[in-house]
Amino acid sequence: MTGLAIRNVSMRFDLPGGGAVQALENVSLDIKQGEILSVLGPSGCGKTTLLNIVAGFLAPTEGVIELNGHEVHGPDAERGMVFQKGALFEWMSVRENVSFGPRMKGQRAAQYTQNVDHLLDVVGLQDFKEKAIYELSGGMQQRVALARCLANDPDVILMDEPLGALDALTREKMQSLVLKLWKETGKTIILITHSVEEALLLGERLIVMAPRPGRIHKEYNLPFADEGVDADLREVKKNPKFAEVREEILGMIWDMEEEIMGRTEAAQ
Amino acid sequence: MIPLLIYVGIFVVAFFAVRAVAGGIARTGFSSLKTVTFGDESAVTPDRRASVISILTLFFLWATFTGSALIPSFLHMPGPPLGLHTFEHTVQNAEGETDTATVTFLLFETEQDAEGNDLPDPEPPAVEPGEGFALNDSLIIEAYGSELARLQDNDELTRDDGTTIVAVNGQPISPGDRLDFSFGTISMSTRGSLNILPDQGWQMEPIWLPAPESVAVRFWDILWNGFRNFSLAEHLGYSLFRVVVGFVLGALVGIPLGYAMGLSNWFRGWFDPIVEFMRPVPPLALIPLVIIWAGIGETGKIVLLFLAALWIMAIAARAGVSGVNISKVHAAYSLGASKWQIMRHVIMPNSLPEIFTGARVAMGVCWGTVVAAELVAAEQGAGMMIMVASRFQNTDIVILGIILIGIIGFGIDILMRWAERILVPWKGRS
Repeated sequence: MTGLAIRNVSMRFDLPGGGAVQALENVSLDIKQGEILSVLGPSGCGKTTLLNIVAGFLAPTEGVIELNGHEVHGPDAERGMVFQKGALFEWMSVRENVSFGPRMKGQRAAQYTQNVDHLLDVVGLQDFKEKAIYELSGGMQQRVALARCLANDPDVILMDEPLGALDALTREKMQSLVLKLWKETGKTIILITHSVEEALLLGERLIVMAPRPGRIHKEYNLPFADEGVDADLREVKKNPKFAEVREEILGMIWDMEEEIMGRTEAAQ
Repeated sequence: MIPLLIYVGIFVVAFFAVRAVAGGIARTGFSSLKTVTFGDESAVTPDRRASVISILTLFFLWATFTGSALIPSFLHMPGPPLGLHTFEHTVQNAEGETDTATVTFLLFETEQDAEGNDLPDPEPPAVEPGEGFALNDSLIIEAYGSELARLQDNDELTRDDGTTIVAVNGQPISPGDRLDFSFGTISMSTRGSLNILPDQGWQMEPIWLPAPESVAVRFWDILWNGFRNFSLAEHLGYSLFRVVVGFVLGALVGIPLGYAMGLSNWFRGWFDPIVEFMRPVPPLALIPLVIIWAGIGETGKIVLLFLAALWIMAIAARAGVSGVNISKVHAAYSLGASKWQIMRHVIMPNSLPEIFTGARVAMGVCWGTVVAAELVAAEQGAGMMIMVASRFQNTDIVILGIILIGIIGFGIDILMRWAERILVPWKGRS
């Protein structure tokens, strides 16, 4: 059985002063091999917690994660991770960052050089491969992070707001790049984002989560990711269906935020 | 007070003079277009003309207050009024009769021959004895000194005959009084003797502050002939050797200790009380104990410097580990790195900036501590040099030592900063 399965995952954090927070309650999800899934939700809905559980950085209080039929325990190279920022190694050049995974596996330069050069080409950093990380712009740094993740050839790529720290124009270019990489490599991708547009553009499937306790609120199957692979993303956004879904989801999240505010005020 | 006023005066005058002659420094590049510069620290660059004048001013003040030969004599502060001076004193005998006699004194400065030995004092000036029961006197007084003059001992009638001094230069004087004259002050002791205190001028006596050139001469002398059986290079070399060995040992133990404290609960719990307790104890406070335990030889010094560097390096390494962005560690695990690989490729390089900061602090503390330890007890070293010199009042060597200690300490810091730039170019840029 291939693909990623999240089975009845619950997560409860005990608070130091007594009491507990139910970050996730009974979340179940099946993600097919090669699928790109985007996850949306207001702050505190547990989407980052879910990603950390899938990555293996957190153990769920209940439930299991299965990848290609085996249970997941702890982080592993089969599940690559792309962070918002600050996860690159400043003491290494671009090329050394990208070849980090293969090198840690004990591969020799001859084994990985070709693949690393190819990936640097794909993300458009061939001319920057000997540069230091701090010499690159934010967008270039995220390209390095993508290439570094791909160089390790993981089964699943987990992205935790990978474009959240970029300016709007760079972000659009990077969205196209993510779609291109998804189509070319056929990787399973889970993408967490705060941007509804980004979730719509990049998610073949989109999940809206609700907070307290964190749970799956609604699920969409969308055509925009497939359309966007070859087309200009701005054209995709002009689709009336796109605006319709966007408004629906925005309204949904808006209501959730309102409810949280109301509850907080009532508690006070 | 006077040197401070002169210093402030030069500061202010130089500021306006440089501005009037050459104008303010022209801002270049982007800063030249900034309209708000007051309050924008990045727009402040050191005016190197001020730096040059500042250093020249320090040397000028040093030279002018020591009567240095490096600057023309009209720039010197007034020194003691060397040469012959005279005053008259009036003596009254038991019958109430008075007689006036002249006192001539030579104010002299001891001179030295080519070997640096003091030449004998000059002879008192020759004077006529004069008339009356009070006779003229002649004496010598060394500059910066004073003289309780026994003026009546040579007179026809002495104090045993009931004579007393009643006036100096016509001004009446009684025990406890002070009178000011052009050459200095004369006061009368309770027993009726005159105490001559010649003016000391505004210059510093060489024993307080030698002239720059005598420090330079002393430097040349010690450079070639050594000091106390060791050459200058050996003295400084020993100090540096102790610092380097103590620091390296401290780093070799402290850095792994700090890593362990940053990575293991047990290590953190075990060493936290020790490190937190030892950190505020100044290394200088350990000197007596280290001397009791290890003596005044090399072992004691190196143990002391080891302890001085150990806690700083341990804390720096611990901070380096705790400062690692958890995303980096997570990313490395997701890329398939083992614990050891994360240690080697993520935690160690990531902690380098913190460790370098710690190393700079530790080197500074070690250099200060070694000098202090040598001040207490040592057979050689920069601190021992100035300590021994101060016992023999060789102020020039003391000043020379301080200058050399400062230069070496500065050099160490420059070297560390240079190494930091080469080895941790990403510091502060992530």
